[in-house]
Amino acid sequence: MTTTQQADAATREAFGPTLIKLREAGLDIAVVDGDLGASTTAKAFGDKFPERFFTLGPAEQNMIGIAAGLAAAGKIAFASTFAVFMPGRCYDQLRVSVSQPNLNVKLFASHGGITPGEDGISAQAIEDLGLMCSLINFNVICPADVVETAAAVDYAARHQGPYFIRAGRPKIPTLYAPDHEFVLGKADLLRPGGDVTIVATGIMVYIALQAAETLAAEGIDARVLNMATWRPLDTAALEAAARETGAIVVAEEHLVHTGLGAMIAQHLASVQPVPMGFVGVRGYAESGKWDELMAKYGLTPEAIAREARAAIARKR
Amino acid sequence: EQLAEACRRARRSIIDMTFYAQSGHPGGSLSSVEILAALYLRLMRHDPERADWPDRDRFILSKAHAVPVLYAFLAECGYFPFEEMPTFRHIDSRLQGHSKAGSVPGVEMSGGSLGQGLSYSVGQCLAARLDSRDYRVYCLIGDGEQDEGQVWEAAMSAAHYRLGNLTAIVDRNGVQNDGFVKDIMRQDPLADKWRAFGWQVQEINGHDQRAVIDAIEQTRSGSDGPSVIIAETVKGKGVSFMENTAAWHGKGPNAEERERALAEIGA
Repeated sequence: MTTTQQADAATREAFGPTLIKLREAGLDIAVVDGDLGASTTAKAFGDKFPERFFTLGPAEQNMIGIAAGLAAAGKIAFASTFAVFMPGRCYDQLRVSVSQPNLNVKLFASHGGITPGEDGISAQAIEDLGLMCSLINFNVICPADVVETAAAVDYAARHQGPYFIRAGRPKIPTLYAPDHEFVLGKADLLRPGGDVTIVATGIMVYIALQAAETLAAEGIDARVLNMATWRPLDTAALEAAARETGAIVVAEEHLVHTGLGAMIAQHLASVQPVPMGFVGVRGYAESGKWDELMAKYGLTPEAIAREARAAIARKR
Repeated sequence: EQLAEACRRARRSIIDMTFYAQSGHPGGSLSSVEILAALYLRLMRHDPERADWPDRDRFILSKAHAVPVLYAFLAECGYFPFEEMPTFRHIDSRLQGHSKAGSVPGVEMSGGSLGQGLSYSVGQCLAARLDSRDYRVYCLIGDGEQDEGQVWEAAMSAAHYRLGNLTAIVDRNGVQNDGFVKDIMRQDPLADKWRAFGWQVQEINGHDQRAVIDAIEQTRSGSDGPSVIIAETVKGKGVSFMENTAAWHGKGPNAEERERALAEIGA
């Protein structure tokens, strides 16, 4: 269940503190860092456990290879940098050194999406999750708030296999109570509804909740699912949503044509086709404040509501 | 002389595997034979009965296209039966075309995309340090492979972390996929490059078995940094028509070529 009683926070802020807790709990963690430890908050772990924290500079290919070697020798190996550089600068290393041997490597990629903002398009990761979903064996997660991010990092550390967790730069509303439990591959029902389902992921989850309020004022009863796990996809929740609400809108801070919506459409097309709408980015953005970019590039409650109305209108 | 016999057996296996597969990489496998003989038959701490023994020394084949030479010595040590060799590169075989971790016991790393093994080795060395284990990691790199920038990222990090438990061996056969290394991407002065990156460097004849053993032993003598052995070798060593030519980098011999090759290698 959601609460709005907590302070806004960036999802990336969960990383370092959660790593520290995990190490204090005795987990055999080692962290490799691509010279962005302050921004990803990995450095907090390094300050506390310097012998388990390996700075490598901005050398992402080497970073992933070392993480693979650490994991093959039994460590829970975390690697962290920005989402544009991982997978972007080390895709083949992720493919051959991690995915193919199915190693216990955990990637924490912060500054996902267009919300890195002012740094411009080279710093804006709009392809990262789609690329990661094309790597077999990887579990791919895009949490909705700082609490869920901490829970996802904890979950990844305690479960065997490669994980990718995308976090964001800006402070956004904290939706979950501190005791929220993350379960891989399970969508979280945030709001019941029977007219349309909004499937949202990452930063778009709180925006979807705002869209649902807008739609409620018009008498449209929107279900909101937080789809934090991209792979494995919660097909049961999606099929139920299609069956019970008859229309689906997917909202993501990612390229639409290689994103969550595309994967959901591909699944539902074969088992339970319904009218769908897609909210996401369709090309490169530009420099700007993150909230201005969200507005200009259509990542808004209004855009979600518009897609919802259109999908509902196409129901038979 | 037991080693010389094992090397001949390995060379025959390489020819046979690439013959039965009608593909594969004989040239860069034949150039590495004495190096793997020294490691697997003399120097490495390993146990074919316990391929996952945590304290084993690791051999990381970064130039994973040369996997026939690895299979040859794994079979020689008893990790899997010689009888499986004709299945190399065939469907339903454990003997994959490039090394794949765990496909047969003793294959440590998945490879096939050049430049990744040294980073992986650095990770294993750091893990050894965290676990207070005294195993060593030996990483075999091709000379053409050094064109990959990741090799140098890894080299820098191994020196930064003072990995005395790491030995890299460059199989410097001078030939890569499309031609001679000196024509495709000049690497000289190679030893100076490695020294500049903070490594202890030895240059040896990679087919002189005694020299190979001595050089590797030298790297185990308690240095507080990583060591590299630049092994001058001959691509296709032991088969005259395969020697020093890019043509035999990546293809298997036909029946007649196989017979000639086996005859030259001898029993």
